Formats: sequence, C-alpha cells, structure tokens
Amino acid sequence: MSLIFETICSILILVGTAFIFLSAVGLVKMPDLYMRTSVTTKSSTLGLGLVLLGTAMFFAEVSVIARAVLIILFVFMTAPVASHMIGRASFLDGVPLWSGTKINHLEGKYCLKEHYLKSPDEVDCNE
Amino acid sequence: MSIIQTAMYISLPIIILSVFIALIRLIKGPSIEDRIVSLDALTSMSIGFIACYAVLTNSTMVLDVGLILALLSFLATVSFAYYIERRHFQ
Repeated sequence: MSLIFETICSILILVGTAFIFLSAVGLVKMPDLYMRTSVTTKSSTLGLGLVLLGTAMFFAEVSVIARAVLIILFVFMTAPVASHMIGRASFLDGVPLWSGTKINHLEGKYCLKEHYLKSPDEVDCNE
Repeated sequence: MSIIQTAMYISLPIIILSVFIALIRLIKGPSIEDRIVSLDALTSMSIGFIACYAVLTNSTMVLDVGLILALLSFLATVSFAYYIERRHFQ
C-alpha cells in the first residue's frame, strides 16, 4: 500500500476520533437534555462515518467496504429517528428546558392526555 | 511502526477516554432520558472502537460485531423511548 493512501486513511480516522471525543465533551458540558441529544447525535454520527470510511479505504476489499457502507447507511438512517423519539418522549415526560431558554414553540400545543399535537381551536383537551 | 499503526495508537486511547467521559453522564444524569442518550452515544463510540481495532489487528471479522451493535442500539433506544412516553398513559 502506498504511503499517501495510508496517510489519507490515518487522517480520516483521526478526524473521526476527534468528532467522537467532541461529542463526549458536549454530552457532559451541555446544560439541557435537548442540547445534549442534538450534540451527541450529529457529532457522533459524523465521527463514526469518518472512522468507518477510513476503515473501508484501508482494507480496500469488497466484503469490508460492503459492511462499512452498511453500518454508515444504517447509522445515518436510524440516529435521527432515535434522537427524535427520545426528544419527543422527554418533552411529553416533562423534562425541564434550560433556564436560559427564550422561546418554547411547543408550550401548550401538545395534548398531554392523548399525546398528539392539538389544533389551535381545540381547548378542552387537557381537562 | 507504520503510519496507520501510530494513528491507531493515538485514536484508540482518545475513544476510550470519551467512553469514560460519557460514563460520567450515564452515572449522574438527572433524568432517565439523559442516561438513554448517554447509552446511545456509548454504542456509537464502541462501533468506532471496533473499527479502529479491526484496522490495528488487520482482522475484518470484528466489523460484524459493529453492524449488530448498530442494530441493537437503535432497537434499544426506540423501545426505551416508547416505554417512557407511555409511562403515565392511562
């Protein structure tokens, strides 16, 4: 394997590792569950994609590339869905927002009894 | 020692360090949802660790473990979210 190719793989994996480390730092430092979800999902998905891309480039076999692309596709498809479900469940569960939050667009718009977004003229849902 | 080996010896300790940093949130997280988010992040970090380990030891078999881990992580997160949402449901 040529030296340049190996260097490119190393750089890809190191940048991915840096993104994974930043997601861990954001998980501890962010003040709010929703910010933590956002930071962790985006950053660790990108980091994982870069690390697996570097791995696939390093081996350069069909079987490894197929597996790595499958993992990347699966993570890119499922991470937003899982993050959205956790955010929705925690909002309905009543997890508090950060004390410095200016606008809460969803305040009072959920029917907390039946768990759906109510229409504006519907008033007697939460009784 | 080749370049890729040096890069792996740098990146594997960083991933282990980030696993320990995410464990802080898993232990002290104020709500259950924080712990679930932390578990999700821990699974992504372990997939990265497995990929780096496969490059270091030149064995392609361990990548299957990463695939299964990605599947199980999604299933666990969705089922936890479903359970938490339905907790106070009549």
